Amino acid sequence: MQRTLTERLAILSDAAKYDASCASSGTEKRDSARSGGLGSTEGSGICHAYAPDGRCISLLKILLTNFCIYDCAYCINRSSSNVARARFTAEEVIWLTLEFYRRNYIEGLFLSSGIIRSSDHTMEQMVRVARELRTTHGFRGYIHLKTIPEASPALIEEAGLYADRLSINIEMPTDAGLASLAPEKRPAGIRRAMAGLRTKIEEMGEPTLRTKARRRFAPAGQSTQVIVGADAASDATILSTSGRLYGSYGLRRVYYSGFSPIPDASSRLPPQKPPLMREHRLYQADWLFRFYGFGIEEITAARPDGMLDLDLDPKLAWALAHRERFPVDVNRAPREMLLRVPGFGVKVVQAILAARRHRRVRLEDLGRLRVSLRKVRPFIATADWTPLRLIDRLDLGALFRPAPEQMALL
Amino acid sequence: MRTVRLRHAADFPEWRDAARMLLLGGVAPHEVDWRLGEEGLFAEEPAPRATASPPVTPLPRVPPSFLELAEAVICHSDPARFELLYRMIARLQVDRQLLSDRMDRDVVAARRLEKAVRRDAHKMTAFLRFREVPAEGARRRFVAWFEPDHHIVGRTAPFFARRFADMDWMILTPKGSASLTDGALRVSEAPAQKPDLADPTDALWLTYYRNIFNPARLKVKAMMAEMPKKYWANLPEAALIPDLIAQAPARVAAMAEQAARRPPAFHDRIQARAPAEPLPPMEGLAGLRAEARGCTRCPLHCQATQTVFGEGPEHASLMFLGEQPGDEEDLEGRPFVGPAGRILDDTMRQAGLDRSAAYVTNAVKHFKYELRGKRRIHQSPSSGEVEQCRWWLDREMALIRPKLVVAMGRTAVSALTGKVPKLADLRGRLHALDAGRAMIVTVHPSYLLRLPDARARGREAIRFREDLEAARDWLSSPTSSPAR
Repeated sequence: MQRTLTERLAILSDAAKYDASCASSGTEKRDSARSGGLGSTEGSGICHAYAPDGRCISLLKILLTNFCIYDCAYCINRSSSNVARARFTAEEVIWLTLEFYRRNYIEGLFLSSGIIRSSDHTMEQMVRVARELRTTHGFRGYIHLKTIPEASPALIEEAGLYADRLSINIEMPTDAGLASLAPEKRPAGIRRAMAGLRTKIEEMGEPTLRTKARRRFAPAGQSTQVIVGADAASDATILSTSGRLYGSYGLRRVYYSGFSPIPDASSRLPPQKPPLMREHRLYQADWLFRFYGFGIEEITAARPDGMLDLDLDPKLAWALAHRERFPVDVNRAPREMLLRVPGFGVKVVQAILAARRHRRVRLEDLGRLRVSLRKVRPFIATADWTPLRLIDRLDLGALFRPAPEQMALL
Repeated sequence: MRTVRLRHAADFPEWRDAARMLLLGGVAPHEVDWRLGEEGLFAEEPAPRATASPPVTPLPRVPPSFLELAEAVICHSDPARFELLYRMIARLQVDRQLLSDRMDRDVVAARRLEKAVRRDAHKMTAFLRFREVPAEGARRRFVAWFEPDHHIVGRTAPFFARRFADMDWMILTPKGSASLTDGALRVSEAPAQKPDLADPTDALWLTYYRNIFNPARLKVKAMMAEMPKKYWANLPEAALIPDLIAQAPARVAAMAEQAARRPPAFHDRIQARAPAEPLPPMEGLAGLRAEARGCTRCPLHCQATQTVFGEGPEHASLMFLGEQPGDEEDLEGRPFVGPAGRILDDTMRQAGLDRSAAYVTNAVKHFKYELRGKRRIHQSPSSGEVEQCRWWLDREMALIRPKLVVAMGRTAVSALTGKVPKLADLRGRLHALDAGRAMIVTVHPSYLLRLPDARARGREAIRFREDLEAARDWLSSPTSSPAR
């Protein structure tokens, strides 16, 4: 019996929701006002809705099909799962994308798929959707295609021509973890495919000798996802894998997806899901690495088990472990050190650097920038403030930890 | 006190003209009472004329960044915005750098208003929903109702024109409206009434919203921070939110309680498929290369992208041996294709050697590096790693049986000889290896890249070329035999 479009949309969006990425930013600028067609991308992405799980909904994130010949333990679509199965035709995905887009529900499409028959067959189907959206329907919105590592280079090249972003999920932070939970996946093949994407992105980003035009290949780069808490890997292991991926393949983003209970879960999975806070701390650490000049080891050195403190954000944890570097003189310190003050973000630091040329910065000046004075005060010195001994207090960490909860009588 | 009546709530040119005249008239900021109303500019008092006194500067000037700021601030619904901007313009005439003092009270206040306007405009691009209505012509027609906090319709309309160019649309708000008809964009300030709209496609969107939500990770506060309740009235999907939140715990509990079920039949069919016939083991160099692809003899394979095996004819008489692949070699999977490889290629050409006739390989087949920021910085392999990888080098040597090996750098020499030599002691001479093979020692081409001084680099490039020429001469002499 053929399921209705609504039923299949329900199945194939449910099947796609464990992929955390929904970004629609960082691509080239295009619009349809001059060139005709439908859609635009203007640099920054737009989140058109938020679900009660706190995640943004920017793209129509669906699978072409959730039939899959792989049996990856963490995945709702693994072949041994009893979830309902369905598939879309390429035309249906195209229709949904365009109609959703016209109503301003979405920025574009994030298309993925279970592996059916072969890697090339599956990739070919996805590329067809992207190609027809672009060429037949003049669609200028955002397209993110999941890339199958073993697909042939010609298909990948075509995918990069139509898609803004390509992504290959490494899923497990270590090769051993992948081998035990996703026996059909090949970590070395995934790395080779990411290397291939980086090489193509860089090669196509160079102007050609003759026309000086840049050719088009995934202008929003590549990204990946790591599942957190499905195996025993520590935060230090996960973050060093991320660091390696950023350094080796020029990824725009590594997404951390806390392993989440799924219907008909495999018995190979841990019974407990990791705390959502763990995912959050990993994102914070990732930010420190990418925008605040922290090395991965600096962030994870604080605890012998390689886990980030769930109660303290990683920057605060680092500062408490390195009190000899504080207080930082807001009127004199270089940018790199200001960035290490817990409570100062990149924009605040920029504002401080600009304002320093006009005035001696005082606490109230910082207050006007909406900095939390309670948080930064122990770590800074201003024209009218020195923390005296606050930085030496042994219980400084406790000032920031959540208040202990009193036990209730049963 | 001078009262200025502006006709439009967010018309930057209108305000600018008024401010310019006030400024030329030398009117101090605290002397102006800005009002919004119908009667037009300076209705309650004659417009100030630009007279010779008080001292008139030429036309007032402001930095372009102020114009950008003011165009946003003027859209805010705060009645004090006109006064604030006029005060800033007056101050800018004395202090050109005012805007860069990000802690100044006025700058902070203006930036805050600007941010609110930008956010409101951004949320309009995000949360506005078009509903389809019957069209008269060939172009499809859509209508949207939105309730912004600020006067942003005029500011945001061009975004929708750039995006929805191939359809006719109309955006109605209490603070004005915008429409695109046959490609012509029109904006009006007149408040509009909320229309009655329905679109059957909303049902599909609700299906999507319901199913993309993951009940196992309820983060209501995070949702509310980005999609506050004030927007919910006009979002069709928002009606689902209370039920989704209420049912989430029960759905998670049901997942946890569900007993493991037998895998479906097609899983058994897939598993029962005969594993692909293993390929017959390959012979010779191709076989060795295939085998090395899966090498896990040392931990380097987890860090690197791939094994970078040697490359060249199976029976080359000349072998080039380097240290280990670098960044580009690691990505491409081929030896000496990066900057050092280009030096090697050039120098070989100058020395009259044909790279395609030589076998080029490395002592260690995986790239070893440390991360510095987001860059991979080459790290020399340890003696243990060289030792592990010698397993492959020995096989390459045994298979290719080169007459002469050009060992480039210390690691190459120690991989061949098992000793840790001083390069300068061995350089430029021929050395015997076992099985009647010879080795000539030179520097690694990346050494040339690291020399900061151009003259030294030139000198070393010549020496490097001379070493390769020596290799060429030795190979082409009929009596080539290793010297002692």
